[in-house]
Amino acid sequence: MVDNSAFDDIPGTTVFTATKSREGFQLNQFCMSLMKEENRNRFKKDERAYLDEWKITEAQKQAVLKRDYNEMIANGGNIYFLAKIFATDGKSFQEAASTMTGMSVEEYAQMMLNGGRSPDGVRSIKEGR
Amino acid sequence: MARITSGVSTSHVPAIGAAIDLGKTESDYWAPMFKGYEWSKQWIKNEKPDVIVLVYNDHASAFSLEMIPTFAIGCGENFEICDEGFGPRPVPVVMGHPELAAHMAQSLILDEFDMTVINEMKVDHGLTVPLSLMFGQPEAWPVKVVPIAVNVVQYPPPTGNRCFNLGKAIRRAVESFDEDLNVQVWGTGGMSHQLQGERAGLINPVFDNAFLDKMVNNPESLATIPHLEYLVEAGSEGIELVMWLIMRGAMGEKVNELHRFYHVPASNTAVGHLIVEPTN
Repeated sequence: MVDNSAFDDIPGTTVFTATKSREGFQLNQFCMSLMKEENRNRFKKDERAYLDEWKITEAQKQAVLKRDYNEMIANGGNIYFLAKIFATDGKSFQEAASTMTGMSVEEYAQMMLNGGRSPDGVRSIKEGR
Repeated sequence: MARITSGVSTSHVPAIGAAIDLGKTESDYWAPMFKGYEWSKQWIKNEKPDVIVLVYNDHASAFSLEMIPTFAIGCGENFEICDEGFGPRPVPVVMGHPELAAHMAQSLILDEFDMTVINEMKVDHGLTVPLSLMFGQPEAWPVKVVPIAVNVVQYPPPTGNRCFNLGKAIRRAVESFDEDLNVQVWGTGGMSHQLQGERAGLINPVFDNAFLDKMVNNPESLATIPHLEYLVEAGSEGIELVMWLIMRGAMGEKVNELHRFYHVPASNTAVGHLIVEPTN
């Protein structure tokens, strides 16, 4: 039996396994639909109505409406699919990534300019390294 | 006979494509990064490759979650540019090499690499950003491309060792093609980066620079890096680096390093770039 428990020991990280992929299938397929301009326009006009056309859970819909990317990922979203949502919003990957870290967009951009987040201390929860 | 003359690896960050498309390459933020590719652009003008076997990953563009091929080869006449959510990049259509691709598909499958054969697909920044970095903004790309798409979106991607061996099989496939072609193999993606969760923004220059060293001198040791180590040390999206090993596998045992560049940051990502040529 495959054992993915080691992934839980990496802080602040979700690995997109086949199980997560099943959980997020409809959510991620909704994201794919935003690759068409016509669909982006319909989504922007009435987000809730567009989301209601998809067989996705209420928790997934709420996460999309709030643009809570951590919550979308917790519910099976994958970042490359979710990228279609922030592209529709006209936001960059860096802006979107910053919202998942608890930092402001400016603080996050400055951290990247300073060389990014060091892996020291965020490798393993159990080992504290 | 077709010959593999050199290998290129480079990151394929979408923001790099946006910087080129929006004319921002001279800005304070971007100029130092593009400087690392000046030598490469001059070099490739002189090299004049006929075909690039371009190893990349699709980012939920051509492949949704309906089908997830681990290794796929593009056999089409051409590959249109896909709309990733903000309109297609304003770059030329990518021309394929259907005869070489068909030969490679057959050779690779009979060599026990079970490629998915793609006759029609659109390509995203994973494939077009490396072309822009190396060729700038031409009216038409000066090369034909055989795309090799690798799944690194849904876990698990193929192992580094499998990728390294696929590279060796690509060399056998290319070198058994009758037409006299100058072929380069490119491996793209990486280096360290994480685009999701509270750990987003992770960069590991120690890991990245050791990886660059070993790409030249000790690729066998890279082929044994387990997925968990990539996730921990290079970030959840840094695992794209397995694609560099396909390029390296295609170079043969020993290489000369012609050019190397490392830069942080491009958006959320560490940019790494290497050009090598086989010595045998």
